[in-house]
Amino acid sequence: MNPTDHAVEFVNELIASSDAEPHLLLQHLIRIQQEFSCIPATASATLSQHLDTPLAVVNGVIDFYTFLHTSPRGEYDILFSDNITDRMAGSQLLIKQLCNRLGVEPGAGAGTGNTSVDATSCTGMCDQGPGMLINGMTITQLDEQRIEQIAELVEQNRPVDEWPQDFFAVSENIRRTDLLLNARIQAGEALNSMLASGSCKTLESIDAAGLRGRGGAGFKTALKWSLCQNTQADERYVVCNADEGEPGTFKDRVLLQSRAEELLEGMTLCAGIIGARKGFIYLRGEYLYLLDHLNSSIEARRANGLLGKSITGQSNFDFEVEIHLGAGAYICGEESSLIESLEGKRGIPRIRPPFPVMQGYLGKPTVVNNVETFIAAAQITVHGSDWFRTRGTTESSGTKLLSISGDCRLPGIYEYPFGVTIREILKDCGADNTQAVQVAGAAGHMIPVDEFDRSIAYEDIATGGSFMVFNRERDLLAVTQNFSRFFVHESCGFCTPCRVGGALLDKLVYKLQRGRASRYDLEEMRTIATLMRDTSHCGLGTTAPNPVLDLLDKFPYTYENRLIDDYGPAFDLEAATKDAREISGRHDNGIITERQP
Amino acid sequence: MSTFRLDGKPIPFTKGQTIMEAALAASEYIPHLCHNPEFTPHGSCRVCVVQNNGRFISACTQQAQNDMDIDNSSTRVNDYRKSLLQMLFVEGNHVCPGCEKSGACQLQAVAYYVGMLSPRFTHFFPCREVDASHADVAIDFNRCILCELCVRASRDVDGKYVFTINGRGLDAHLAINSTSGKLGDSTLSVDDKAVQVCPVGAILLKNRAYDNPIGERLYDKKPVSIIGDVAANGNNKHD
Repeated sequence: MNPTDHAVEFVNELIASSDAEPHLLLQHLIRIQQEFSCIPATASATLSQHLDTPLAVVNGVIDFYTFLHTSPRGEYDILFSDNITDRMAGSQLLIKQLCNRLGVEPGAGAGTGNTSVDATSCTGMCDQGPGMLINGMTITQLDEQRIEQIAELVEQNRPVDEWPQDFFAVSENIRRTDLLLNARIQAGEALNSMLASGSCKTLESIDAAGLRGRGGAGFKTALKWSLCQNTQADERYVVCNADEGEPGTFKDRVLLQSRAEELLEGMTLCAGIIGARKGFIYLRGEYLYLLDHLNSSIEARRANGLLGKSITGQSNFDFEVEIHLGAGAYICGEESSLIESLEGKRGIPRIRPPFPVMQGYLGKPTVVNNVETFIAAAQITVHGSDWFRTRGTTESSGTKLLSISGDCRLPGIYEYPFGVTIREILKDCGADNTQAVQVAGAAGHMIPVDEFDRSIAYEDIATGGSFMVFNRERDLLAVTQNFSRFFVHESCGFCTPCRVGGALLDKLVYKLQRGRASRYDLEEMRTIATLMRDTSHCGLGTTAPNPVLDLLDKFPYTYENRLIDDYGPAFDLEAATKDAREISGRHDNGIITERQP
Repeated sequence: MSTFRLDGKPIPFTKGQTIMEAALAASEYIPHLCHNPEFTPHGSCRVCVVQNNGRFISACTQQAQNDMDIDNSSTRVNDYRKSLLQMLFVEGNHVCPGCEKSGACQLQAVAYYVGMLSPRFTHFFPCREVDASHADVAIDFNRCILCELCVRASRDVDGKYVFTINGRGLDAHLAINSTSGKLGDSTLSVDDKAVQVCPVGAILLKNRAYDNPIGERLYDKKPVSIIGDVAANGNNKHD
């Protein structure tokens, strides 16, 4: 059978074994990509027919997600994590090392060889980076030696599943525990508690606890659930946002690994309260290695009567959870994009209102919550609101899991009561000589030394959990550049300010970094950044300019000595005219710049 | 009936109406490109940005409310619109003097309306191929502003799905639904609604470019605030 027939056959079997629903398009495409290391044109065409979806729409979805390709990737498809923390740990040199060793060009696709090497957005291994993905699987703790070993394995053509298991080991690195990580609940305990006291009382308890969304936005969880519950509908859905894509965030990775049971308990609790029969975990593609583990957790609960039909013996309590994979799109962490992606589409944020609690997945009322939020809700149901309020501040009750990385001796997961100061955190994680901390990821804020007494709380510095430390040796402009490049890569392209403004901003940061910008450019940066913040369609666009605005406002010392005067050239005249001078036989190097006034 | 204020003037609205819909019904102009009253609101160009009690919102997607005090003309609002238009100009290749849509182009007309005098930002100069494979219609992707009006018209009115958006971020681009990706192989017909809704010079009728001479065109004598959309009332047939 030739490969073309094989692709058609594969799609036919895929459809026969699942469902021909158009909202499964993305999930089918991910399976095809895994099988063929690309989406063959014949597969797209067959899928388009089966799902009654126009071919151009199928192609539009393939084009949207970075992990889907129309031309084959290498048999060894290597993606280096490109967060600033990976770079600080030396990833750039390691990419070079591997490419030189294997004789491949970074970013060039497979070509005739068997290996493709490229970069990808943060893979969530910042506490044990540099990290990479090989054929979708996570490798951590890269160094020269490990790169050499990888090169040898590739040369020997060894299948990835025969590679040393320690390459793929992901450490939990839990450094500080508090309320949430110390409390354990038995499977079904929260559900029994809810069934005993009623959904009304349970919601009241979650409300009294003051639980707010742990993704960072801080919407009141009980209010979200009751809004969904009170929207008239024949179906409702529960969605867990496990698309932990904010650079520097990796706390959900640890919760998914070690607290999957409690996550499912929290989701089922929510389903019981709002009246949902179906739920989804939207797992970022970078966490593919957690898929089997999560599926077994679901199976185990089903076997225990805690998922499926008649949960805990209640005849009208049915709930199923399905895992949907993402495929490399940061924007899908935005809840309405996530829902679009769940429906198999390009992850373009929806117009809001209507909010997902009114019209979410397939137009039905949907609760979307972060992993940590569901776990906290389950624990509150068992231990009570007073227990939860023993930690935190009035406005921000409970604790927050932080993912700490960068320039510190003890990177990892730290659970703190809300209200903890930046200074305390830095002391605990062994950070000395700190220049700045980036809280809440690329979309968050860079905090300078004189603000280290500020605290982690919704009323001060809100965060989904990312906490990246930079010492005084670091060039913060390189950090800003990494973030502005990230947003150019991750903008969905829907609205003008984010799509075009983000790219213009990135060019200006680059110009500033290489010492070609003037004060006029700084003003332009501010104009573009402010426009993006005020007029973008969604949260990605409104927060994408934060790194630039923080740089301009709080870290002028990083760029003051790189500025040129307003009439200086924006580019290197010598370099730009080099070829022309060579062709015309002129050997007057230096003459152009010498003539500058 | 409920009302909100637009630059101080009371505008009546019915529940569920957007600021844009209510303003259009009251014959008040809010600059826009991706909005067309015949289609569901989209909100991608952001040119209809207005300010409500200090907060910037897009008039085409935001529902009107009683307590709204909408600023549609302050320097800040106008500057934002100008910057957004400048971004659209530098993103594509919009060379008005060489464009057959000049004078009947809404992008150009709105740019005049907000007083845009230069593209200001660094040009991207993208390299996009023109598709002239269809007998009656040509497409110049260099001028597409991703308003998705053709996408919506083809899908919602023509029932054909000829157009869609591919790519992401700065690489987002209009794509054609045919096996070759060419317009000539698609099911597009010259009578399709999708052919009539383009606010710029991206989708063009062939052999009709200069039926209407320069100087006699839609926006040559009166501004867009009075004339309205290029797609309205058959304006897009160049006659």
